[in-house]
Amino acid sequence: MKIIVLMKQVANKDAVLRIAGDEKWINEADVAWQTNESDGYALEEALRTVEAKGEGEVVVCTLGPQGAKTVIKDALARGANRAIHVVVDDSKSLSSYQIAKTIADAIKEENADLVFTGLQSDDASFGQTGVILAELLGIPHATIVIEVDRASLGDTLRVKRELESGWYQWFTYKLPALLTIQSGISQIRYASLKGIMAAKSKEIREVTPAVEEFASASAIQKVYMPLKTKQTQILGNGDAKAGAVELVEKLRSEVRII
Amino acid sequence: MILVFIEHKDCVLNKTSLEAIAAAQSIGKDLGLGVTAVLPCDKDCSLAQEIAGYAVEKVLIAKNEKLGTYTPDAYADAWEHVIKALAPKYVVMSHTYQVRDFAPKVAARLGREVVGDCIRYRAEGGKLVLTRRIFLGKLDADVTLGGDAPYFVTFQSGAFRGDAAEKGSGAVETMEVTIGDVRMTPEAPFQEAKASVDLTRSEIIVAVGRGIKSQENIAVAQQLADALGADLAASRPICDSEWLPIDRQIGSSGQTVAPKLYIALGISGAIQHIVGMKNAGTIVAVNKDAEAPIFDIADYGIVGDLFEAVPVLVDEIAKAKG
Repeated sequence: MKIIVLMKQVANKDAVLRIAGDEKWINEADVAWQTNESDGYALEEALRTVEAKGEGEVVVCTLGPQGAKTVIKDALARGANRAIHVVVDDSKSLSSYQIAKTIADAIKEENADLVFTGLQSDDASFGQTGVILAELLGIPHATIVIEVDRASLGDTLRVKRELESGWYQWFTYKLPALLTIQSGISQIRYASLKGIMAAKSKEIREVTPAVEEFASASAIQKVYMPLKTKQTQILGNGDAKAGAVELVEKLRSEVRII
Repeated sequence: MILVFIEHKDCVLNKTSLEAIAAAQSIGKDLGLGVTAVLPCDKDCSLAQEIAGYAVEKVLIAKNEKLGTYTPDAYADAWEHVIKALAPKYVVMSHTYQVRDFAPKVAARLGREVVGDCIRYRAEGGKLVLTRRIFLGKLDADVTLGGDAPYFVTFQSGAFRGDAAEKGSGAVETMEVTIGDVRMTPEAPFQEAKASVDLTRSEIIVAVGRGIKSQENIAVAQQLADALGADLAASRPICDSEWLPIDRQIGSSGQTVAPKLYIALGISGAIQHIVGMKNAGTIVAVNKDAEAPIFDIADYGIVGDLFEAVPVLVDEIAKAKG
């Protein structure tokens, strides 16, 4: 049993974002980074699936510049067996299709039984890299998977997809298959000290691909702060306590709810 | 030609498809293109007549016995067949969970990708410039399409009004489509046990996000909720961490609410949360980050530490209530 997990490095959720000089992306120079949230859940689910099976390996695959190695090292410390780093310095300029194609070329010969990804990245949020990758690899996919029936794992696997408005649906897939994993599928483990030590000797295979041109790539023309839809009254002028006093007065006099 | 996807389950319409019709009609007017609605089904779909009551040139039932219950493989094959037969310029869909599941597959098979989850568009020189939210709602990006048609575009729920879809009359046609091997077997969709807490009826909601930092701190928010007679709710990360049960979750994967007053504590305002509460009468946001997107939709904002603000709120409310 071999499971490949795609993990992406994205700007930290709490990072203050500055727009780059050319207004085409953020200024990445002073950004704090983290592993994309749902990718962390994808790794956890892969680890649990292999543990339940009692054999197999989890291979992390990250596309990005050298700085993205922190994502890989963290995943190895949590228990992934080895990693493939697809080194692309200017990965932010690649479209979803290009990312999927480049990864497909890098992992095709691994012949994995399963490929897990997070359901979307917290930067561009297209949510399509996994689906495109499945098509390029010629394997079926399921998106927004919220439960994996690990006991069912054999030549097929039964997974639960989240639909909208509280609806769910189970599907059974012939393997190999690709799943995009929803956040919250399970509790993510911490890296143990032992895991961190063990990670140091695990293999990270670097691949330096030639990224193919893609004529149909969408292109960002301009990035800007969202247009405000409401006039917001900011209370307290940065003083939270003063703001609270003012707010209660507003709730009494303007909103009339107290 | 613009193709617009009509989503349904057992011939019952998913109403966000009306928003897609409105979007396609609007784009059609701007670019001088006709609109054809595409309805994948395993029979002569009873929904076709209803859709034919909108201003579309045609309603096309893409028919095959494998289109009874949704699967990504069957839908992708059906769409590939329809697109190759009709050679549309644009394919427009609502950004639903189902569309997210199959649209990128169709696009990839045709050597394209999807410009997904758009919130608006403008026409420039006969082409579309689409606006998408990126970085969890913190920034907007104007995006242009590359290469040749067909272009795949999906719009976020609420980007267009379904009731603005223009009425008219279209012809209904059926196209038998070819579908190959379907590699997944679906079971019947089901609803988890009904949410025990119905937040849709709440008049006042106090909601917590990641800014609450720990499960113990939920008590801080609870005190404010008690002072206001409010119900406690949360954004997804809080329920994922099991600090509050999932029936307290607001947003696209939780409940959609419209209380008189919504107080968001330490919620940054990712789009998945905002779609669940943006119709509240009055929105209050308390957040340390002045750039948090929640302030874009808030009526009142406090930029600062919620752990400083909330105890003062509780005291002042008690005083005001006498």
